[in-house]
Amino acid sequence: MAKLVAILATTHHPFFYKTSLLPPEEAPPFAAEWVRKVEAYRATLTAARPDVLVMVGSDHFHQLWLDNMPQFLVGKAPFYDANYYNEEREFGLPRLLLKGHEELSAYILREGIDREFDLAFSNELRVDHSITCPIITVRPQNDLPVVPIYTNIFAPPLPRPERFVKLGRTIREIIDAWPSDLRVAVIGTGHLSLELGGPRQFGPHGPDPEFDAKAVEWIANGDIDGCLSNVTLDSLHAPGNATHGFMDFMLMMGIAGHRKADYADNLDLFHTMEAYFTWYPEGDPR
Amino acid sequence: MSKYLVDKFLFTVDRDPELVERYREDPAGTVEWWENEKANSLLNCHAGEASTWLSFTDEERRALAEHDHVALFELGAHPFLTLTLWIAMFERDHDEPLGMQLDYARRLQHFSLPYPDITT
Repeated sequence: MAKLVAILATTHHPFFYKTSLLPPEEAPPFAAEWVRKVEAYRATLTAARPDVLVMVGSDHFHQLWLDNMPQFLVGKAPFYDANYYNEEREFGLPRLLLKGHEELSAYILREGIDREFDLAFSNELRVDHSITCPIITVRPQNDLPVVPIYTNIFAPPLPRPERFVKLGRTIREIIDAWPSDLRVAVIGTGHLSLELGGPRQFGPHGPDPEFDAKAVEWIANGDIDGCLSNVTLDSLHAPGNATHGFMDFMLMMGIAGHRKADYADNLDLFHTMEAYFTWYPEGDPR
Repeated sequence: MSKYLVDKFLFTVDRDPELVERYREDPAGTVEWWENEKANSLLNCHAGEASTWLSFTDEERRALAEHDHVALFELGAHPFLTLTLWIAMFERDHDEPLGMQLDYARRLQHFSLPYPDITT
């Protein structure tokens, strides 16, 4: 069977790439610490020596649109072009080409549907910064095949938090059962408290530092039950109008199960808190 | 209410560099042209097929034609779409980093939770 060698759950901050490339005299004061924390986080993936990456993210109204909106979608293609004109324009992100892993995509689709998730699929998916930010931060050589999984955290009606956790548990079961000798890592990105296009955006911290502190505790401790008892679709409006991206963290908690993260770190930035978690289901290789 | 169509306008303009500039320079003319020529285009379908029934309300048309992001927020336009397009059009007019984004937020300060519903 395949080995699930690492589970990474993190924020995706589209400004990291541009910030990390600035010469020291032009860089903001938080840049050096940010780069240091990202490099330390990258080492947690490198140590696991993965062969293939399952990547959980969310399309930001790039390819997926309101005329035909899937709740959960799995990419099934040999390649994925990546990043869009408006991400180059706003964030300075580069165009990328990721390799796909069609066998694992097909397996996740077949097994997921049989386990009562009617997953949508795409044979021609251009992924956006929710997938490419973690490539840039934790696998910048972009040398591994990927399976992208998109969730709808953006266009209501959304699936409820419990559904995200359940999908995470199902993905875990599927990867554990995959008849392959490959080493799989799952990397998922979401948000803590976040406001976009509302009165609380771009403040000196995330819009709700108290929520962020609780969220970091839930994730680091693998406290799925505590998280589920405090988080609902309605409650997620309060910490910030884009905080439903936290449900991708809940999906990743579903994959990791009820256990403490082997690595947990965060960084309080303007606008949002960055957070970095890694679990090693097969044991810590470091 | 045609929140979907407002979102469709913001979405289709934001993804096209020429339309971003056209909407910045001539908002009323761009909105009128888009509603007449593009509103009923099916985005993920054969070019020859179209819808027949989509149009803005007067208030939606006015908000878009006047670059009134506060009214768009009130009407339930998707805030990510509005913000992204506004950054593309107006960030260049501000000298301070994040000056545009903070001014945008200040103009929305009178809103409190729950915000207007963005469900389409």
